[in-house]
Amino acid sequence: MLASDDDILARAEDWRKAGKGVAIATVVETWGSAPRPVGSHLVIDEEGNFLGSVSGGCVEGAVITEAIDVIGDGKARTLEFGVADETAWRVGLSCGGKIRVFVEKVN
Amino acid sequence: MKLELLSALNRSRAERRAAILITDTASGEQRLVMGEAIAGDAMEDALDAALRSGKSGNVEFEGKTYFLTVQTPPVRLIVIGAVHISQALAPMAKVAGLDMTIIDPRTAFATPERFPDVKLIAEWPQNVLPGIKLDRYSAIACFTHDPKVDDPALEEALRAECFYVGALGSRKTHARRVERLTAQGFTPEQIARIRAPIGLDIGAVSPAEIAVSVLGEVILALRKKPQRAETAAKAGAAA
Repeated sequence: MLASDDDILARAEDWRKAGKGVAIATVVETWGSAPRPVGSHLVIDEEGNFLGSVSGGCVEGAVITEAIDVIGDGKARTLEFGVADETAWRVGLSCGGKIRVFVEKVN
Repeated sequence: MKLELLSALNRSRAERRAAILITDTASGEQRLVMGEAIAGDAMEDALDAALRSGKSGNVEFEGKTYFLTVQTPPVRLIVIGAVHISQALAPMAKVAGLDMTIIDPRTAFATPERFPDVKLIAEWPQNVLPGIKLDRYSAIACFTHDPKVDDPALEEALRAECFYVGALGSRKTHARRVERLTAQGFTPEQIARIRAPIGLDIGAVSPAEIAVSVLGEVILALRKKPQRAETAAKAGAAA
């Protein structure tokens, strides 16, 4: 079952309050049949633990890697993914969508 | 995002308060606007439209792109009366994404057999509603046309400024209702918020058709910005 946004953002707050480095990734734009709607969140801690989803699986790995960099340098950035490329196809996503994800550190 | 902003966002959700987080995605700068603070904000029109749609998204403002994270409480529909219309409305409301609760003190009506898939409370509304805490993201529809049951719920709904307040009954029944509420100290402007006869005028006849007309009216109240003419007419009627 998908975690609700309530759980996701509450978890980010808990992690940060526990002293962990935390980043929040948010789907800010989609084109075509992207798997997760605009506003969906994925939260990541410095060890790569995460909760939530921005794509239903296909680009989470890349977002988590970038998020750990964001936690490191504190600079927010926007990532763009076409989820119709060869990799996405191989992992079973044939939706042909594109998404833009904003990743920011919780200070 | 600053931790204080994240905490405020989480707190507003727990308290069922609407809020919009505005992010300049180029610079990472952010601010949080609570629902009640939207009127008067520089970005009022965009924020108001976003709140009504309940959807997050990008907006352009003064040459910059901002991402709005829109957080609105789940919409609740409180139905007074475990009647036929409520039986038809329960599955429809569920499909439409409304969190529905039925309240009726008459235990012969309020049985789990008649209402298998919806929250059902066999109590008087005045005993239950304080615990439910009606608010601007709550709709209430009164179907019993028994003043003993409907009136306390209507009074509570008007005080809580529910976005939708509907009551079943003929124009005659409603005229008497208006007299009772006036005697209770409600203003004509407050009373004018009650939609009666209930439901959109689609010529509904059967309980299921009335349920459709009520559901449509709830969605209309939730999503559509009042037209200027309607607002002016209301102000005129209230004066």
